[in-house]
Amino acid sequence: MSEYILEMQNITKEFPGVIALSNVNFKVKKGEIHALVGENGAGKSTLMNVLSGIYPHGSYTGSIIFKGTECKFRNIRDSEAAGIAIIHQELALSPYMTIAENIFLGNERARNGVINWDETNKEAIGLMKKVGLKDKFTAQIKNIGVGKQQLVEIAKALSKNCELLILDEPTAALNDEDSNHLLELLQTLNKEHGLTCIMISHKLHEVIKIAQSITVLRDGKTIETLDNSEHVSEGRIIKGMVGRELTDRFPKHTANVGEVGFEIKDWVVHDPLDEDRVVINNVSMSFRKGEIVGLAGLMGAGRTEIAMSVFGRAYGRKISGTLIKDGKEVTLHNISQAIANGIAYVTEDRKTAGLVHIQDIKKNITLANLKAITSGFVVNEDEEIVIGKDYKERFGIKASSVFQKAGNLSGGNQQKVVLSKWIFAAPDVLILDEPTRGIDVGAKYEIYKIILQLAEAGKCVIMISSELPEILGITDRLYIINEGRVVGEMKTSEATQEGIMSTIIRSSAGR
Amino acid sequence: MNNVKEFMNRNMRQYGMAFALVVIVIFFGVVTGGKLIWPRNVQMLVRQNAYVLILAIGMMFCILTGGNVDLSVGALVALVSAMSGLMATTLGLPTWLAIIFSIITGLLAGLWQGFWIAYVKVPPFITTLAGMMVFRGINNIILDGKTLPLSGLYVTIGTGSVPDIAPKTVPDFLRIGDLLQLQNKPEFLNVTMLIVGLALSTIYVLFTIYNRKSKQQRGYEVASLNSAVTKAILFFIVINVFSYWLAMDEGLPIMLILLAALYALYTFIATKTIPGRHIYAMGGNIKAAELSGVNTKKMMFLVYSNMGLLAGVAAVVTAGRMMAASPNVGLNFELDAIGACFIGGASAYGGVGTIWGAVVGALIMGVMNNGMSIIGLNVFLQSVAKGMVVLLAVAFDMYSKSKSRLG
Repeated sequence: MSEYILEMQNITKEFPGVIALSNVNFKVKKGEIHALVGENGAGKSTLMNVLSGIYPHGSYTGSIIFKGTECKFRNIRDSEAAGIAIIHQELALSPYMTIAENIFLGNERARNGVINWDETNKEAIGLMKKVGLKDKFTAQIKNIGVGKQQLVEIAKALSKNCELLILDEPTAALNDEDSNHLLELLQTLNKEHGLTCIMISHKLHEVIKIAQSITVLRDGKTIETLDNSEHVSEGRIIKGMVGRELTDRFPKHTANVGEVGFEIKDWVVHDPLDEDRVVINNVSMSFRKGEIVGLAGLMGAGRTEIAMSVFGRAYGRKISGTLIKDGKEVTLHNISQAIANGIAYVTEDRKTAGLVHIQDIKKNITLANLKAITSGFVVNEDEEIVIGKDYKERFGIKASSVFQKAGNLSGGNQQKVVLSKWIFAAPDVLILDEPTRGIDVGAKYEIYKIILQLAEAGKCVIMISSELPEILGITDRLYIINEGRVVGEMKTSEATQEGIMSTIIRSSAGR
Repeated sequence: MNNVKEFMNRNMRQYGMAFALVVIVIFFGVVTGGKLIWPRNVQMLVRQNAYVLILAIGMMFCILTGGNVDLSVGALVALVSAMSGLMATTLGLPTWLAIIFSIITGLLAGLWQGFWIAYVKVPPFITTLAGMMVFRGINNIILDGKTLPLSGLYVTIGTGSVPDIAPKTVPDFLRIGDLLQLQNKPEFLNVTMLIVGLALSTIYVLFTIYNRKSKQQRGYEVASLNSAVTKAILFFIVINVFSYWLAMDEGLPIMLILLAALYALYTFIATKTIPGRHIYAMGGNIKAAELSGVNTKKMMFLVYSNMGLLAGVAAVVTAGRMMAASPNVGLNFELDAIGACFIGGASAYGGVGTIWGAVVGALIMGVMNNGMSIIGLNVFLQSVAKGMVVLLAVAFDMYSKSKSRLG
């Protein structure tokens, strides 16, 4: 048997219109902690979904060799039976059940369908000890913190006798103390029990601290696998993560920047579920007309939360701070007020929150501004068709007609419909949240052109993106957001990817 | 050609349902030996099933918001008819005033439920389940198990027809009475009905022509001339045949005027107004609708308030037809209305469905009811048959959806 417990060879996975993974090779040695790093959208999660059978055999090409035999997982059950467990970023625990019940959920200790509670509890206590969880096994999941929930997930994975544990951003939602505890636990399990781990993480200092090998993915390709026994530098990893060529991926433009059109001052937002937790901490920003301003940062940095809380308090509680539009203070209590005041927010979550999939293109376009085509009580459906056709032509929405259902369009065309909707709402301030996520390169270029047109028309354009090259490619100025604060502001012409990344990482480390 | 195909695709569901209705009418027409389509029975069909039509219109909006239903409408019909009995008979108020108060009672009950659903976020299923018990209970408290007779305007609405302006002038010139071998052959036709039918259909055709011209003038897209002409002619014929049919009997039921008015009003609201569009959008994707500025709470409140209002109207109509307020009225009305909506193509997840569909669904239920009663089928078997139709209609819908591209 080779020294590798897992070999993924030439994995290619396509989604309609997007190649998510292209010929990826990924090898993990037995008994190591192997970190998988890369920008958002680089293909890390997709690769792990392929490995764990979420994308079943046949939906990708290439082969997976685990413990010397080729595996063709049809679903998660298959991969778990083989000894692979995955812990997702969003934890999969049932909040009203106890710790012990959750550990054995789907894997109950039972005979003839009757659960053996004594054995369940005894084993749960043993596993909890192993992961250093000191609560009672009868505690409900909803009453223990996120850090401990993460430990329950690990105990659950161990109960399935897993040999390879995959953790997707395990520390993203944890504070420093919990993170350290978790990392130490992983090291212990690794050393004492020989558990092999694959860890996806954005927090490079953690990766360097505990991983033996680091594989970098970028644009769905394996870039390199680094040996971390000598502790490589963050700069070295970042170079691998972001170092891509930029050859005309962005349309050219010259900014024609006017006066300040929109300002956010001393903006504070609390978590809607936990009022004491500050999500956005004293953020102040200003946006000029005709200017494209980028908000750079990692996933979970608080950019979406800023945008949605500004957009008529669509997110958060106990919101304080001032919004100033064209020199006048505005108060936006709900989304329709925000729209009426000329603010638009294009959601990052196009699939679940951007479109009404069962309605046609034209109805989606007019939804946010039906008033514009209504006289008296009557919505003018003929005018709606004219408007739909106009936008379809202007933005090159590829569809058989404006009567086609939005759900049947490709990602890029769906995004054009969403943009059309907000442009039809005639805003002065347009917040675009990850406008090119999940869209192929060609369609991205067209989306960029639309964004530039909006800036040229004198609108304040705010663009949230996790893809740094995109931020550098089309914005004029950028704010760097991390952990709910503005940690940097610079002209795009003076910014570099390495500079932004290290600003983010420095601000995290400094806390 | 392409246009025709696209038009057919877009309206496939609606035509499919109308087609199913025609098939069912023919089927029961044959098995009842023609009795089903006797003018007297058609008249009865309209009167007996008016309540399903009215309730189904309101229920369709509930379902559109996201597959929600209102379980309380049957009990609410009972409550409102008890109020009618209380006010018109026990208190002796003029019937027109009692009717107004009755409908207001329905509206108040709707506002009450709308409040809990929209603003306290109690799930509609639970709110209306509670309403079902509460309203039925109040009905029994008011009536104390007794049945109160109703008269006056109630009976006029429930059973009355518009008087004939020129009796015994126009004979049954098509000799349909002989053709159908009716027991009481009509010598003469009801002229009011004929005139109303002719006038309505003519106005419709003229309006279609006007509308088409004005659209063309303003440069909007219009359907092909052929399909427009076919549709207008078809509509003209259907209306006039129907009015001829009713003219052979009592003529124009007052109930039919009410139904037509409600149908027109709510179709207008559903398709041509902003609230209508917002309800469809929130049923399709509530998150996207909220982020587009749709006030989903307000919509829920309006929809359930309106359901109460329509239940009030249905109660007046039902009480009028039965000429009494009774403790057992309205049993299972909610299920008839919900069934009608789903037979009529509403999606169980919301966002899909038309008022036209609700009406056709209600008519399918009605024709089955009457047809099965005429052939003397056991009541319990009737229930089995209706249940199977609801199940198969939705199963067919699911099947055809899984075949289409949008899964």
